[in-house]
Amino acid sequence: MATAITEENVQKTVYEALPQFGVDESQITREATFEDLDVDSLDLAELSQIIEDEYGVALKGDDVGKIKTVGDAIDMVVQRGS
Amino acid sequence: MSRPANATALVTGASKGIGAAIAKALAADGWNVAVNYRSDEAGANEIVKAIEEAGGKAKAIHADVTDGDGKSLFKDIESELGGPVLCLVNNAGVARDNIALQLTDEDWDVVIGTNLTPAFRLTRDALRGMLKARYGRVVNIASVVGPRANAGQSNYAAAKAGLIGMTKTIAAEVARRGVTVNAVAPGFIATDMTAELETDEIVKAIPARRQGTPEEVAAAVRFLASEDAGYVTGTTLYVDGGMSA
Repeated sequence: MATAITEENVQKTVYEALPQFGVDESQITREATFEDLDVDSLDLAELSQIIEDEYGVALKGDDVGKIKTVGDAIDMVVQRGS
Repeated sequence: MSRPANATALVTGASKGIGAAIAKALAADGWNVAVNYRSDEAGANEIVKAIEEAGGKAKAIHADVTDGDGKSLFKDIESELGGPVLCLVNNAGVARDNIALQLTDEDWDVVIGTNLTPAFRLTRDALRGMLKARYGRVVNIASVVGPRANAGQSNYAAAKAGLIGMTKTIAAEVARRGVTVNAVAPGFIATDMTAELETDEIVKAIPARRQGTPEEVAAAVRFLASEDAGYVTGTTLYVDGGMSA
């Protein structure tokens, strides 16, 4: 967990991770919903692991259920880490 | 997709019997093998020695699978063997037989808590590394008991049928990441666990008219863990001499 938890850093991590799950980079915005991006529960679980490895913030099942948009995910990590 | 270099296989309960044969077979197929044991250190060391003499790489790893913390176990194995655990064989198991009317809560809990729950926890914790690698093989050692009845083993049957159900569902969850999850269901195999049973009577009911060997079970695991089996997932392979045919 060397990386500082800032909105900028977390956004970069999330934006870089999503294409691994087949998301088209040009469609990634804070407002985009994971449903629209075709990111499912397994993808979100993997994204949570990437975030945990990078920032030491663990998003549990209940948290992940509340996340609808890319921005929600970023905000939740920043909030948990502060 | 080919197996990453230094990929490690963890076989639980590998100091003797079916687990030991699986450890040897996977080592022969190029996996680094973590030979897990709970109490039989000498047995595990013997298996490691046999693997090394055959030109393979293995380490005896002490852990009680019922303790539950897979994450630190996988870290230990990775540092001991130099590669991520990309093959998990959930083999550890016990039997505490009695007809349901006389089966105690303790005998129920011990069998479910040893044969089923640790397999789930270890699988969950192993998936982390497997998903990251986009490659993984989980093989759960079930039994013909579970899919079919065996009076006196309601606890064992529940655990083994549970393993098969768990296998199918987790297989469906992770299939698109190159991770396969399968079960092998041995029939009447010659091991310490079956040594006290009345062999002649049981063998009469087996189409092959003989007991199976641990090596015959291990060969099935070796296949399911191989690159060749990349499109086989969620299935149960019976190694039972036709018992369930």
